[in-house]
Amino acid sequence: MSLATQLPALQVVVPLLAAPLTVLLRRPGLAFAVAVAASWCALAIALTLAVQVHGAGGTTISYAIGSWKPPLGIEYRVDALSSLMLVLVAGIASVVLPYARGSIEREVPPPQHYLFYTMFLLCLTGLLGISITGDAFNVFVFLEISSLSTYVLIALGRDRRALVAAYQYLIMGTIGATFIVVAIGLLYLMTGTLNLVDMGTRIAGVSGSRPVLAALAFLTVGVSLKLALFPLHQWLPNAYAYAPSAVSAFVAATATKVAVYVLLRFYFGVFGASQVFGRLPMAEMMLVLALAGMFAASTIAIFQTDLKRLFAYSSVAQVGYIILGLSFDSATGLTATIVHLFNHGVTKGAVFLLLGVVVASVGGATLLRVHGLARLMPWTSAGLVLAGLSLIGVPGTAGFVSKWYLILAALEKGQWWLVFLIVASSLLAVAYVWRFVETAYFREPSRDIEPAPVPLSMALPTAVLLAFVVIFGLDTTYTVDPAARAAAMLLGDGP
Amino acid sequence: MSGAAAEPGLLAHFSYFVTIFLLVAGLFIVIARGNLIKKLVGLGIFQTSVYLLYIAPGKLVGGTAPIVSDAYKVYSNPLPHVLILTAIVVGVATLALGLALVVRIREAYGSIEEDEILQNETGAAADDAR
Repeated sequence: MSLATQLPALQVVVPLLAAPLTVLLRRPGLAFAVAVAASWCALAIALTLAVQVHGAGGTTISYAIGSWKPPLGIEYRVDALSSLMLVLVAGIASVVLPYARGSIEREVPPPQHYLFYTMFLLCLTGLLGISITGDAFNVFVFLEISSLSTYVLIALGRDRRALVAAYQYLIMGTIGATFIVVAIGLLYLMTGTLNLVDMGTRIAGVSGSRPVLAALAFLTVGVSLKLALFPLHQWLPNAYAYAPSAVSAFVAATATKVAVYVLLRFYFGVFGASQVFGRLPMAEMMLVLALAGMFAASTIAIFQTDLKRLFAYSSVAQVGYIILGLSFDSATGLTATIVHLFNHGVTKGAVFLLLGVVVASVGGATLLRVHGLARLMPWTSAGLVLAGLSLIGVPGTAGFVSKWYLILAALEKGQWWLVFLIVASSLLAVAYVWRFVETAYFREPSRDIEPAPVPLSMALPTAVLLAFVVIFGLDTTYTVDPAARAAAMLLGDGP
Repeated sequence: MSGAAAEPGLLAHFSYFVTIFLLVAGLFIVIARGNLIKKLVGLGIFQTSVYLLYIAPGKLVGGTAPIVSDAYKVYSNPLPHVLILTAIVVGVATLALGLALVVRIREAYGSIEEDEILQNETGAAADDAR
């Protein structure tokens, strides 16, 4: 009974226990220290698990909570896909939390600082829990833990519109979560089990029956609400735009990505690809919605006057790419989905951290305020351009790698017109990134804005995440290889 | 449910009809009402319908509580109740948070009607642009 065998449980328990601890400590400084320690601890555990799973002779780790053996007991399961998600979520949290201190000092009233860390840790707990659990109902519980804390985090924004955004997200998020519970309930009625692996084997007996197909439909709609698939994205732009910057960065980089993970897990782990794509026209539907999202959201992004909203709409468009990969129903397509999930998480995290730096320095992120920003803050502007290039998918950045695999998958299917559409929608991304470049580089700075100095605690995490945008663009060993392994596992798992 | 055998189509699925009715009614209130509190009420009904979806099939006619004894052969499945206990807690938490947000929204906007808040917001957006 060494500590190493308990790592899957500790992955969730550490941030879960740290959360009430921050409430008890009350002092913002202490709460901050506890939160950072917990998130770094979570990252260390996630990396250790990832090495065990992805390393030489790596296997899937199954952990029985309270020693109750699955499928009766609750199982924590770390496989190729979930370990990747754990690293993404814990990694982004470890970068955002040190940054958060300087950021919320400017954006959140001081009496609420320690509660910010509590909510952040609970959100982290929920997202890690969704990624690691092997139990269907547990997915719902962790989903709600992360969602409820996200609503609070968004409502902490200094703009009063943050409250309305949080309320809207609460309504939409709860509808989505309830749809997911309906789906889980129907699956439980038909299979008599809640363990995802067990469910995946038992579903063969009731495959294609109406309740199972209804469950598939409910699940798809519910998760699509959570991952902001066009046209169910209405909650997202306001939520990202008015939340405190650190929250925008964390939520944009992780929450929708974990929802995609839930979709992958249920589609390929439980229903099986043949049922999802054979019985219902899911692939065609996903393809249409993904394309609509890529074009509509990118076009709306071009006309935004607030940079946070602009990049929020860009997130909706990027979710389109992620879902597009899924709709191919091929190993390459799934690899593209998983790689883009990861790369876009890192890129969007970097974008919102940079915007947080802009907000902290010039007091806002509307296009009017960033006139001539390149002269006032050359490094931040260059960083935003770099992250923008990754959103477009320029070679040498993380975004290129995932788009490359997306195009490969389209070519594999012989769909040349799709390659054209992917490139065309990237041109729209050029247009919205150019909006920033034009205002920041070719306009005169307005004289009444004096940029405030930005603390190193904010600059450093931003630089780290930006560095990863470039590293993952040049070296794909740590992104594409695990993603390919995860895709192979998902397709092999299906009945 | 003695009528279940005679009319399997309708009566046997009685609980499902109630579930679907509540589900759709709740969702309709959320979409159709502009009052933020009424929306939360609708959301509550919407969530409650799922409790029924889980609980009703767990009950067997003539079933007892799950007691290990030779005297009882048929027992109801206790697991859905436990699951729904969790879902109820989640529902209460969501409602509480929603109401807290409505209180804050009323403090900030002086209204809990969606259209008035949106009007108020367009004014704020115009301020932003200036």
